[in-house]
Amino acid sequence: MLAHAIFFYIFSLIAIVSAIMVTVSKNTVHSVFFLILDFISISCLFIMIGAEFLGMIMLIIYVGAVAVLFLFVVMMLNVAQQKNQWFSARESSKHIPVGLIISTIIFFELIIVIGGWKYKPDLVSSMSLNIDSSISNTHAIGYVLYTDYIHIFQLSGMILLVAMIGAIVLTFRQRSGVKRQSYFSQISRERSDGVELIDVPSNKGVKSDD
Amino acid sequence: MEYLSIIFSETYKILFLLVPVLVSVAMIVWLDRRIWAFVQKRQGPNVVGPFGLLQSLADALKYMFKEVIIPSSSNKVIFILAPIVTMTLALISWAVIPFSATQVLADINVGILYLFAVSSLGVYGIIMGGWASNSKYPFLGAIRSAAQMVSYEVSIGVIIINVLLCVGSLNLNDIVMAQENLWFVIPLFPMFVIFFISALAETNRPPFDLPEAEAELVAGYQTEYSGMMYAMFWLGEYANILLMCAMGSVLFLGGWLSPIDLFPFNIIPGAIWLILKILFLFILFALVKAIVPRYRYDQLMRLGWKIFLPLSLTWVVLTASFLFYFNLLPTN
Repeated sequence: MLAHAIFFYIFSLIAIVSAIMVTVSKNTVHSVFFLILDFISISCLFIMIGAEFLGMIMLIIYVGAVAVLFLFVVMMLNVAQQKNQWFSARESSKHIPVGLIISTIIFFELIIVIGGWKYKPDLVSSMSLNIDSSISNTHAIGYVLYTDYIHIFQLSGMILLVAMIGAIVLTFRQRSGVKRQSYFSQISRERSDGVELIDVPSNKGVKSDD
Repeated sequence: MEYLSIIFSETYKILFLLVPVLVSVAMIVWLDRRIWAFVQKRQGPNVVGPFGLLQSLADALKYMFKEVIIPSSSNKVIFILAPIVTMTLALISWAVIPFSATQVLADINVGILYLFAVSSLGVYGIIMGGWASNSKYPFLGAIRSAAQMVSYEVSIGVIIINVLLCVGSLNLNDIVMAQENLWFVIPLFPMFVIFFISALAETNRPPFDLPEAEAELVAGYQTEYSGMMYAMFWLGEYANILLMCAMGSVLFLGGWLSPIDLFPFNIIPGAIWLILKILFLFILFALVKAIVPRYRYDQLMRLGWKIFLPLSLTWVVLTASFLFYFNLLPTN
């Protein structure tokens, strides 16, 4: 148990410190790297409470895919050179009150959620499902997702699909005059299409097509 | 005291796994160059030691004594971290590979997800190295490889779903045991082919080695690296290739199972069968490197997104329908 506690504090300390570093680090690319560190330590925490499926999915989706695209965008936009001047510059500091209000709201929401969990445990346990503790949590999630919550699950899939199509539609541009290669015509070219043997009469030459 | 003994026994196990992996990485580099040479009717490295077996050792010695140059305008912390990340990620994934029913360092419930997660993290070593070098060629190489690895991971994930549908468990030993009667390479042969090609792309091997295309990008993301740091990238890359071969043999070639359950074969320990299967896949990797020309970048993306992804998704539907119709879905 002691080792468990030590590892819990190590991972949560890394998670909190890197979450702070995401916001305060001067270089945007460093922020993304700290975000990745945050994701990794949170997935370690998930694994420590026995939710190994969630932890791994977190690694695969957030770290393996989402953060790579983040990094991709941040590097491509070359915003790394822009210094993060939230605390020093005069004109950008008017964002701070708005941020403070939002973070206070989130803070109180968290207090309500955690308080309800702590002081009214019957409120939470009445909604939770009866899950057989002998099966692995991958199976447990599967049983719940594909039976009781199938409609919500399908709905969230539809929302993601709509978001994806929307993003494609927004960025899709049909430009005229773009030369494209057709793979099939390239591959299916025969020798007879491209090479021709011509007897060249001397002092006259031949006229080529183009 | 109790913790100390746990730490010692685990360290012993980890060393017993990692030292052979590192030695075999060195040997596999030699094998790769040798096969490449034989296909092109050359000799390959044949001077150092018998058949040139010690060539990689000599190379490692050379790298160790070379100066590590850190570019002055680079981002030093990330520049140094990049090869370390590559190497670490390539080595930690070996923890879940089962060498027999009992010989596995960590027999976790979500073994295949762990492998997939770690292999999808592998892109960070390359991106970090490319960005921190603060130079054009490495940056272009890193961007290319990020796009390429993310694209091909999608089809590898879908292929893994195919296998998992037939197994009903994410544990690697369960996946191996499910192939006791029939290796998945037979019913899922098209998926095996796609997995093999995607593994080539995932490990940046030819014909998909665009991140380090020497004709256009010098050496891609490793351009600015030298000495031991370059060697670490290189070792990590080959450890990743071996890992992909191990993953392919666990998913499709029956892992540590012997091909036929008859007397002379089933007394051979499972570890040897797994090593033979990994070697077989690696020889295929090396042959592909020697005989296939490099893809153009748009062709690479087209292959990943327009051909492999629809094909493997269709195959998921086919597998699921087949298993459902004939009532073969695994239950546990």
